[in-house]
Amino acid sequence: MTVVQANSFTTISTTAAPPKRRRRSFVTLLFGDLTASCLTVLTGFLLLSFVPALNWAIIDATWVTTDPSTCRQGGACWAFILAKFRFIIFGTYPPDEQWRPLLVMALMLLMVLASLSPRLWGMKLLCAWGAVITAMLLLMWGGVMGLSPVPSSAWGGLPVTLLLALLSLGLGFPFAVMLALGRRSILPVPRLLAILTIELVRGLPLVGLLFVASILLPLLLPAGWSIDKLARTLAALTVFAAAYLAEVIRGGLQGVSPGQAEAAKALGIPSWKIIWHIVLPQALQKVIPPLTNTTIVMVKNTSLVLIVGVFDMLSAGRVAATDPQWPAPYVESYIFVAGIYFLICFGISNYSRWLESCVQARSYR
Amino acid sequence: MKNWTIGIVALAAALSTTAAHAGPTLDKVKERGHIVCGASQGTVGFGAPDDKGYWRGLDVETCRAVAVAVFGDREKVEFVPLSGQQRIPALQTGEIDILPRTLTWTLQRDANGINFTTPNYYEFTGFMVAKASGVTKVEEMTGASVCVQTGSTTEVVVNDVSSKLKLDLRPVVFDNVAATRQAFFSGRCDALITDASALASVRATQSSNPDDYVIFPATKYMDALTPAVRHGDDQWMDIVNWSIQALLNAELYGITQANVDEMLESDDPRTRRFLGVEPGNGKALGLDDRFAYNIVKQLGNYGEMFERNVGKGSPLKVDRGPNRLFIDGGLMFPMAFQ
Repeated sequence: MTVVQANSFTTISTTAAPPKRRRRSFVTLLFGDLTASCLTVLTGFLLLSFVPALNWAIIDATWVTTDPSTCRQGGACWAFILAKFRFIIFGTYPPDEQWRPLLVMALMLLMVLASLSPRLWGMKLLCAWGAVITAMLLLMWGGVMGLSPVPSSAWGGLPVTLLLALLSLGLGFPFAVMLALGRRSILPVPRLLAILTIELVRGLPLVGLLFVASILLPLLLPAGWSIDKLARTLAALTVFAAAYLAEVIRGGLQGVSPGQAEAAKALGIPSWKIIWHIVLPQALQKVIPPLTNTTIVMVKNTSLVLIVGVFDMLSAGRVAATDPQWPAPYVESYIFVAGIYFLICFGISNYSRWLESCVQARSYR
Repeated sequence: MKNWTIGIVALAAALSTTAAHAGPTLDKVKERGHIVCGASQGTVGFGAPDDKGYWRGLDVETCRAVAVAVFGDREKVEFVPLSGQQRIPALQTGEIDILPRTLTWTLQRDANGINFTTPNYYEFTGFMVAKASGVTKVEEMTGASVCVQTGSTTEVVVNDVSSKLKLDLRPVVFDNVAATRQAFFSGRCDALITDASALASVRATQSSNPDDYVIFPATKYMDALTPAVRHGDDQWMDIVNWSIQALLNAELYGITQANVDEMLESDDPRTRRFLGVEPGNGKALGLDDRFAYNIVKQLGNYGEMFERNVGKGSPLKVDRGPNRLFIDGGLMFPMAFQ
């Protein structure tokens, strides 16, 4: 009963005298009413429970050491990350050729930065991407221009994660647009094909698709044929990305009022131009948030290739931690890999927010 | 999820028995210029990339020995990391030429499209428990939680022992050796089950007080980890077999990486035949006559390989135990190299 009184009293006093609110002390802010007090105490306990973790991660941690056994004292072993940095990032790629994946990542970063602004989007940028991706694959593969060949089974780490994410989304996107248009087509054959493909792929777990691509596919191929393991994995990821992106794009297509296409038709504009210049741009603008969502999901999905023996960043982190000279520093290894994933995905989501505001500003101008 | 995974793998196995990819592997390998070898996704001591991404381990070096036999160069190998489910289909479809990947020789596998060559590691399982628990044999372990490495034969042993003796053991599964051991010593489970040859050294090196722990065998059964090849290419199987035999014979004759050149001057006819001073052996297999010399020169004999990767020279410190040569009381039996 008293609590209720106190509660109502504070409410009244603050509403009655607004200037006082600014001078409200820290204590009233934290323990002003029952809800605030409860939340403060709970938060306090929560923060306290983080103290051992902080202790482990910072104070007791071993930062630099050349002798792995000094890491057995209980704190986090960040020296391990330092020692295994090269392996986690580049995996089993030959160390002498390490500059190649490094250059690939630099190229990728450059191209991503160059294509950030929607003003630069166009055929030229698309061609540039095509050229850069070819260059990146040639760099990784070698065998040309005096570069020693490196089989895809020796690729690993972050470049593989990035290449898989980029290529599966990049190759999946045109398919997705076709599937989405097919699904909304009035022609029965493309519509049925698109529906069948989308529903089939969406009805299967990605892990299942990966198993089919990596185990069943080679057995179904005629004797003597073999497709590169990484390429098969990429194909599975691409099909999966295409099906999900298609449904997102279909949502956008449905959001564009049919009056626009009808008006364009009345003006005698050919139907592919209607789709390319009128319907698709508006549809894609509408679905930037769900597209970002699918992109982030696909970046993280690439880590599932672990189960089919592709040496992506997560596999490399896992293998690095199995070195018996170090005291099984799994937590450190996974935290490091998680940090890199977070940076990538956080970057994508921030960019999409900026892009959305950018596009909105333009369309309402 | 487990069910359909098993389904896919079973379907793959069914398909593979109908599709016979027989062919002269040696010609294919020579044309390609290197051997493609199935590797694990990181099993320390047997096959794992080091900090520089260079593959190391007993299985990896077994594969390198075959590369030396064929090309005279231990670097002429490509390692393809494979998951447990993938490894056998990958061999059957010709994606890889040899599968040395801690693969236990079993009837079902042998009958389903692959051939086993010569075992390169014998493994039997043991339990380690804290002395304070008072347990001294398997029958007393009722209700214990057991730290076990997933995908290994020890996982099967835990289930078999548990159901046979009605012990109600609770497996706590980890995905590799180091994590399993770490978990046991931090008190996560009552018992640790692993390769018995390794247990003593694990106790010696990783526990704070070795006297606090006791070790006893889990079963009387033993596994032979054996590199496998495809069905239907006998010549290739011979080459893999005799590359492994060369490692074993070298140890029997006392030939090491260090003294192999001196041994070329030896008067012993067996040694001379082995090293190819007296020709015949290599030619019979379609290889260079000095292939055994090359293997020992580049990789050493089996004993050296064992100690370097899993034994005294490695952080695993596994005791040779059953992996000693037969003359030392082990199971490794070199066949007559003539």
